Amino acid sequence: MSNAGQGIVWPRLKKHRLAVWSIAIVALLAAACFAAPWLAPYEFDAIDLANIRQGPSGQHWMGTDDLGRDLLTRLLFGGRVSILIGVLAAIIGTGFGSLVGSLAGYYGKRVDSLLMRFTDVVYAIPTLPLLIVLASYTQAAAGSMALAIGALSWMTTARVVRGEVLSIREMEYVEAARSLGATNTRIILRHILPNALGPIVVGITLAVGNAIIMESSLSFLGLGVQPPTPTWGNMLMDAQATMSSQPWLSIFPGVAILLVVLAVNFIGDGLQDALDPRSVRR
Amino acid sequence: MTRYLTRRVLQMIPLIFGITVVLFAVIQAAPGGPEAALLESDRFIDPAVIEAYRARLGVDQPVPVQYLKWVGGALVGDLGMSFSTTRPVTEMIIERLPATLELMGASFLLATILAFGLGILSAMKQYTWFDHLGTGLSFVGIAMPVFWFALLLQLVFGVWLGWLPVAGTETVGATGLGDHLAHLVLPSLVLSFRYVAGWSRYLRSSLLGVLTADYIRTARAKGLSERRVVGVHALRNAMVPVVSVMALNLAGLFSGAVITETVFAWPGIGRMFVQAMFARDYPLLMGILLLGSVMVVIFNLVADVLYAALDPRIRYE
Repeated sequence: MSNAGQGIVWPRLKKHRLAVWSIAIVALLAAACFAAPWLAPYEFDAIDLANIRQGPSGQHWMGTDDLGRDLLTRLLFGGRVSILIGVLAAIIGTGFGSLVGSLAGYYGKRVDSLLMRFTDVVYAIPTLPLLIVLASYTQAAAGSMALAIGALSWMTTARVVRGEVLSIREMEYVEAARSLGATNTRIILRHILPNALGPIVVGITLAVGNAIIMESSLSFLGLGVQPPTPTWGNMLMDAQATMSSQPWLSIFPGVAILLVVLAVNFIGDGLQDALDPRSVRR
Repeated sequence: MTRYLTRRVLQMIPLIFGITVVLFAVIQAAPGGPEAALLESDRFIDPAVIEAYRARLGVDQPVPVQYLKWVGGALVGDLGMSFSTTRPVTEMIIERLPATLELMGASFLLATILAFGLGILSAMKQYTWFDHLGTGLSFVGIAMPVFWFALLLQLVFGVWLGWLPVAGTETVGATGLGDHLAHLVLPSLVLSFRYVAGWSRYLRSSLLGVLTADYIRTARAKGLSERRVVGVHALRNAMVPVVSVMALNLAGLFSGAVITETVFAWPGIGRMFVQAMFARDYPLLMGILLLGSVMVVIFNLVADVLYAALDPRIRYE
C-alpha cells in the first residue's frame, strides 16, 4: 500500500486538537482494557457475597454489583470485548463495503447495476430490526456478533467507494498501468484503492463507534454476549433493574461507551478533514 | 414532474421485490424453524404432532411455494398468520400501528422544533459558548446508547423528581389527554434526541453557508433586522437540504422505536417486534420488517421529490 499520504496527513490531523486528545484517550482506554488480566485488581467473575452492592470506595473504585463483583475489573474486561466487537465489525463491514464498491465502480455496467441494486435493497431494510433477527440466530459469541453487525454496516462505504473508484478509474495513470499489462486485480489493489483510502479510513473509524452502540443495543435486548463474560452492553443491561438504588452500576459502563464512541467520532471527524485535500482548516 | 414521479414509482417495484427476497431468505435461515421453540422443551412430543403443526403453519411446503404464497398475500394486504397468536399478521400490525405512529409523529415534531431553534441560534451566535455547547451536545446525542439515555431520564424525571410517568400510555384509573401526553414526553424525547443533534448541526452549517451569499448582504444593506435576515431570507434557502434529510430520517425513527418502545413499555409495533423475536414468530417479524422497509423506500422518494420541489435549480431528469 502507498505510504505517500502519511507525510501530509499527520501534521494536518495534529491541528485538530480534539482528534489528537481523542486518539490519546482511546489508546489509553484500549490499552487499559487489553491489559485487564494484569491491571485489574480482582478476577472479573470473582463473587464476594460479603461485599455486594457497595458504592465506590477505596477498596472498589467503582463499587460492586449484586454478586459483589468489582465493577472496575468488569469494566476493563468488558471493554476488551466491546472494543474488539467494534473494531472487528468495522473491519468486516468496511472491508466488504470497499470490495462491493470497488468492483461496482471498476467494472461498471451489469456488475455495477447488480451490486448497487443489492446495496439499495439492504439499505432499505431497517438496520436495527434486521440485526435483532440475525443476532437472535447466533450463539451470542463476540465473533458472530461482530459478523452480524458488520454484515449490516457496509452499505454507505460501498456507495462512497464506488463513487471514488468511478472517478479514479478514468485517471491517466490507471490507463498507463493498464497499458503496461497490469491485471484488473492489480490495478484495483495497487492503483485505485490506495487513492480511495481516505473515505475508507474515515468509514472504519466511524463504524467502530456505531458497532459499539449496536452491541449495547443488542445486549439490552438480551441478544448480546452472554454472562459471565462482561461487555459494556450487558453490564448496562444487568444494571437497569437497580438503576435507582445503585446508579453507579449503570453510570460507569454508560460513560465508558459514551467516552469511547465520542472519541472515535472525533477522530473520524479529524481524519476526514486531514485526508480531504480540498478542506482547509480555519 | 409527472414523468419523473412515474419513473421513480416504477423503480420502487423491483426494489421492493428485492427486499421481499432478502427478508424471506433471512427468515428461512432461522435455525430449527418454527417448531424449534416446541422442541426446546424437554417433554417428548409426538413427531406426528410436529408434522401437523408444520402443516398448519404452512412450513411443510417447498420454499419457493412458501415465498410465492407470502408475496401473493402481501400484495393484497395479507401478511400471513402469526405463529404465536394464530391471528392474521396484518390485523396485529394495524392494531399496534397508531401507537407507533403517534410516537413517531410526536418525536418528529419535537425534533423539528428543537433542531430549528438550536440550529438557527447556533448559526447566529457562531463560535460563542452557546454554539460550542450545541456542537458538544450533538456529538453526545450521536454517541449515547439510546436505552441508556432512556434509563437515565427515567431515573431523573420518574424516580428522583417524580414529574413524569416512565412506562405505558396512561396511568391506571386516570383518563384524559393530559395524562396521556405526560406519558408521551419521555419516549418522544428519547426517540428525537439523535435527530435534534444531527439536524441542528446540519441546519447550522447550511445557514452559515448561505449567510455569505450576496443576496444576504443586500438584505442587510436594506436595513433588515438580523432576525429577519437569518430567520426568513437565509432560512428559506438553508432549509432545502435539511428538509430532505429530515424526510430520509423519518423512516429511521421506525428503527429507533424498537428500543424506545421496549424501554418505555409503549404498546406499539417496535415492542411487538421484540416480543415476536423472542416467540420466534417469523411471519410477524417478516411483516413488520416489510412495513419498515416500504416506509424507508417511500420516505426516500419523498426526500428526493421535496429536494427537487424546493430547489428550482434541480431538474427532474
